[in-house]
Amino acid sequence: MSGHNESILREPLITGKDITYAQITDDILLPVESKPNKAWWIGFILSLCGATLWVVAVGYTFWFGIGAWGLNKTVGWAWDITGFVWWVGIGHAGTLISAVLLLFRQNWRNSINRSAEAMTIFAVICAATYVVSHMGRPWLAYWVLPLPNQFGSLWVNFNSPLVWDMFAISTYFSVSLLFWYTGLLPDIATIRDRAAGMRKKVYTVLSFGWNGNVKTWQRFEAVSLILAGISTPLVLSVHTIVSMDFATSVIPGWHTTIFPPYFVAGAIFSGFAMVLTLLLVARKVLGLENYITMFHIESMNKIIILTGSIVGVAYLTEFFIAWYSGSEYEQYAFINRATGPYWWAYWMMMTCNVISPQLLWFKKVRTSIAATWILSIVVNIGMWFERFVIIVTSLHRDYLPSSWTMFTPTWVDVSVFVGSIGLFFTLFLLFLRVLPSIAIAEVKLLLKSASEQAKLELIKDGHLDKEHVAEYVESLEKFDSVKQEEYAKI
Amino acid sequence: MSNIKYILGSFGDPDEMMHGIEKLQENNIKIHDVYTPMPIHGIEAKLGVKRSRLDIAAFFFGITGTLTMLTGVYLATVVDWPINIGGKTHFALPDFIPITFELTILFCAFGLVGSYYASTHLFPGRAPRVMDLRATNDRFIIAVDAKENTEHTKIDELLKGAGALEVKYNERKYISYE
Repeated sequence: MSGHNESILREPLITGKDITYAQITDDILLPVESKPNKAWWIGFILSLCGATLWVVAVGYTFWFGIGAWGLNKTVGWAWDITGFVWWVGIGHAGTLISAVLLLFRQNWRNSINRSAEAMTIFAVICAATYVVSHMGRPWLAYWVLPLPNQFGSLWVNFNSPLVWDMFAISTYFSVSLLFWYTGLLPDIATIRDRAAGMRKKVYTVLSFGWNGNVKTWQRFEAVSLILAGISTPLVLSVHTIVSMDFATSVIPGWHTTIFPPYFVAGAIFSGFAMVLTLLLVARKVLGLENYITMFHIESMNKIIILTGSIVGVAYLTEFFIAWYSGSEYEQYAFINRATGPYWWAYWMMMTCNVISPQLLWFKKVRTSIAATWILSIVVNIGMWFERFVIIVTSLHRDYLPSSWTMFTPTWVDVSVFVGSIGLFFTLFLLFLRVLPSIAIAEVKLLLKSASEQAKLELIKDGHLDKEHVAEYVESLEKFDSVKQEEYAKI
Repeated sequence: MSNIKYILGSFGDPDEMMHGIEKLQENNIKIHDVYTPMPIHGIEAKLGVKRSRLDIAAFFFGITGTLTMLTGVYLATVVDWPINIGGKTHFALPDFIPITFELTILFCAFGLVGSYYASTHLFPGRAPRVMDLRATNDRFIIAVDAKENTEHTKIDELLKGAGALEVKYNERKYISYE
């Protein structure tokens, strides 16, 4: 670990001067150990209003049934499933960061994995509520489980992607929760050992008695690696199965084999956008600029360009295949998407998902916090429209022109969606206050090798290729948390 | 005979702590355990901690999940309630691959984490056995049993020589116990 130095060509993952292990603990635990500031309260109250709206809207749906939504006999799926897929997609970034990037030994994941995983869990909670509320009789939700029931042993339809989806989402949720919580144990122990009184008691229970001895750490690393290994195919399977909810049907516009990879890319795309939306604000408000650096932001932006472009290629491929298939229903579905009554939704999707993320090819844009933040929101708007386009425009003009119709959301549809955003932010803001938003132990691992101060020491020692040093110093220019004066002297 | 139970070498740097472990071992002083705020790579080889067998356990938990789902689906769709869907085979294996995969992962993850918690005695509400409260923050602690290793001054010298910031003499094993 610290016995050897990291290449000077790699950009630092921790910036700032005189960062010590104690400093890392203090910085990251500051929001947990102090009283919330005004910004937090404003955000929290707003989110709580949203969450209340959600409770009202979902309660209304439970009471009056899903007739409260704008669904009709042609469009039987609309905002609910759009919201569901949108949230599940957002949830994908957390596992991607914590599992896939761990397997690829991407150390920059260490300071963003914790909050991204928390985001995953909250997003999947939001997604699951749509499924439950769409059941009409949510108290019978357990019917989706393969339980022998009172009508004889009639089973769920194991051939149905909706049943697969139930397995996928519940496995994904519970495995993500395990992964997240196991990773939290050492950090909860850190809070515990610094706390007193009632706080100490609570964190003692939550820490499971963690004491950080050799064997526990060694096993911890083994467990993390295996969980990462099994979560990687899991996260890919989840959105694959979500896409099969559509792809296995015979609706023109849905019945395509491109759906699984296209949905997975879209999920990662929207997930990273949401991570950026949250973390760009959190790093500023919580003062974590030294740990979530410009390198992290730029890296996430690069993943956004990649996945956004995959999504763009998928859109074009769908069009090409619709034409190439020679099926006039398929062709009509796509022409109707782009030029029919929902043209605005289609072009909104195209603009937000394919065109505007291309701006991130410019280094100026992807290293600008304001531009990145705006683009991250644009991407999520686009991804919501993508699901709306796929779902509503494929359904609203079916095989019988006499039943062609439009979908108009009711106030309940809108409130469930807006409310779920409130619920998500409420949970996330509470998380920031009670648990460390950055994996403390994992960031400490980077201090001796990948921090700016360690690299500065190396430069001061001499022995390095001058060109490499110059390249490194140049790469620091984009960092908003690095003081350039230090390097001017060298 | 003093009441000292454990001697703790408190280091501020993981490399110095590793050096301390080497020093103690060169002098045949047995190390009770080491407590650190982060995983230290290569320490298990030094302290003779055996390779984890959790990966083997995980594999068998996973296989259990696979077999559970295949058996369950077979019982439901072939034995208990066969449904003729266009004359297709009752046990339509390709359809069951996604759910079999999911159950494999589910069993594997829960079995793995459950065995990890069991083998390292982690469970909600367990009294933490902490020798030094800073071991989860910024100190790397080497604990030496003071009853077994009686040359206290020598241990003290070795630890300080290796770079220990302080050496503590604890009269209680776990200071976290009330």
